[in-house]
Amino acid sequence: MRYIDDSVVMKRMTKRITFNKVWKTLFFLATTFALVTLAILLYRIITQGIDYLNIDFLTNFASRFADKAGIKAALVGSLWLMTVVAPVSIILGVGTAIYLEEYAKKNKINDFIRMNISNLAGVPSIVFGLLGLTIFVRMLGLGKSVLAAGFTMSLLILPVIIVAAQEAIRAVPNEQREASYGMGATKWQTILRVVLPAAIPGILTGSILALSRAIGETAPLVVLGIPVILQFLPNSFLSQFTALPMQIYDWAKRPQEAFQYVAAAGILVLMTVLLLMNSIAIFIRNKFQKRY
Amino acid sequence: MKKWKYLTMTAVMGSALMLGACGGESAQNGNGTETNASTDAGQEASDEKLQGSVAGDGSSTVAPIIEAVVEEYAGTQPDVKVSVGVSGTGGGFEKFIAGETDFSNASRNIKDEEKAKLEEAGIDFTELALAYDGLSVVVNPENDWAQDLTVEQLQKIWIEDGTEKKWSDIDPSWPDEKIVFYSPGTDSGTYDYFDEVILDGADLVSAATLSEDDNMLVQGVAGDKNAIGFFGYAYYLENKDKLQIVKINGVEPTNETIEAGEYTPLSRPLFTYVKNSAMKDNEAAYDFIQFTLENAGDMAEAVGYVRLPEEQYTEGLKTLEGLK
Repeated sequence: MRYIDDSVVMKRMTKRITFNKVWKTLFFLATTFALVTLAILLYRIITQGIDYLNIDFLTNFASRFADKAGIKAALVGSLWLMTVVAPVSIILGVGTAIYLEEYAKKNKINDFIRMNISNLAGVPSIVFGLLGLTIFVRMLGLGKSVLAAGFTMSLLILPVIIVAAQEAIRAVPNEQREASYGMGATKWQTILRVVLPAAIPGILTGSILALSRAIGETAPLVVLGIPVILQFLPNSFLSQFTALPMQIYDWAKRPQEAFQYVAAAGILVLMTVLLLMNSIAIFIRNKFQKRY
Repeated sequence: MKKWKYLTMTAVMGSALMLGACGGESAQNGNGTETNASTDAGQEASDEKLQGSVAGDGSSTVAPIIEAVVEEYAGTQPDVKVSVGVSGTGGGFEKFIAGETDFSNASRNIKDEEKAKLEEAGIDFTELALAYDGLSVVVNPENDWAQDLTVEQLQKIWIEDGTEKKWSDIDPSWPDEKIVFYSPGTDSGTYDYFDEVILDGADLVSAATLSEDDNMLVQGVAGDKNAIGFFGYAYYLENKDKLQIVKINGVEPTNETIEAGEYTPLSRPLFTYVKNSAMKDNEAAYDFIQFTLENAGDMAEAVGYVRLPEEQYTEGLKTLEGLK
């Protein structure tokens, strides 16, 4: 007696193979669709912007003449913004994650906090802009300064950093903590010398990706009323400044066609900054990642 | 394990250093930038080089003129920090009322409710005209019927009446096709001005596509035979080849007709509203506004607007002097 009827199997085989092929093609198309869109976008931006992208573009202030327009104020402004956002958001974010993962007991209040942090990550960025306008710009009287914008952006990316850091800390095997306690280490010593070093690749990768988001955000800056027209660089954290996305947005709205190309050149600068930051994240991940 | 230790230390030290730099620098330089020019400039006025900061915000229509002025001004007074936002006329007034700006650019007159709020906030202000803009009504180049419209026809086209509008509803000899509308967003002074002189308080057709980005409107009208739209004169000038201008009551907007006041009712003055106390106390602000009035005509023409008659600038400068 035969358990398998070959003819029945063969009859179904073609159908199964076709079925498989259909799905494979569908998924392949999904992948290519995204990639082709990205490629077209990149091609357009590069062909439009490359003529305006030169040293003068990086060292000039904005101008009413498209040929003389430069992105200096915005580029330097964005870097200043990052010097506030990076330490504030990373220190607060990692601190929160350590508390939630290592110290917080499992009770209703802490569950509530955890749930709300995840919720915060989904709040539209413009809402953070309104929050920043009310608290930092008006109540604390920081004005439209680097500091006010930096704090607002920090709040915006804080949930992302907290979640990334929590994941990284959670991924450290418990055996390592127990081994550390076994050697007589205190909780703080364990966190500082065992947990954090093991979690740092994950934390940094998450943080840098979050910072990349902050450098490209426009909506909160628009709500804060960050100026676009200025001809000076910030010299303190209370200075007025402008940022890359604001400057690009302003150029894209101009009636003169040449400014569309200037905007494209600005996008190229912003993309370069983003790619640099992302490659640092990938570098850290590849270099320091350790699997248990 | 050593590698981790090193890495953590670097990260921690790095952040600490950054924070340290943070506190230090703001403490050192914070005062310098925050104090207004009043004190510094008062003592240093002898060598004509002013210091201080001036902040403005407001209309995106006025922004190109102001940007040009700021660029020129930076050449004569490099130490005065002028920063101007582009939040739209309404958004600019909000910040003006909150006391955050020294001047507010507007592409329409200030509204009564804005005046009331300014009074409540104790802010005295003065209106200064900078240039003219001819609000341009445009259609697609393929449109060979609606090239000269009367104000009544514009009202018929743009006021919401609950029906789906066709060109043939406006004039039976025109094609039986749906009209496609493009209008600036409701936060812009351009919308407000059109609302005031054409719609007269009635609602704009709900079928209209609203956008804060005037280039979107240009593209929309250029891409649809049955489209009609309106925006600032500069956007028409830059896209003449893609659009067709509509004469209003037989008058086409040009530099001459706008300056002579023949292009009515759609030619409008552009303003800046200055805070009187800032003009009085902040020498840098006064100097910047004075420079703006002296150069607004040339700069306006350079970026596609129309200059005011010379006596209006002289008058503005006199008014400004009265504030000092």
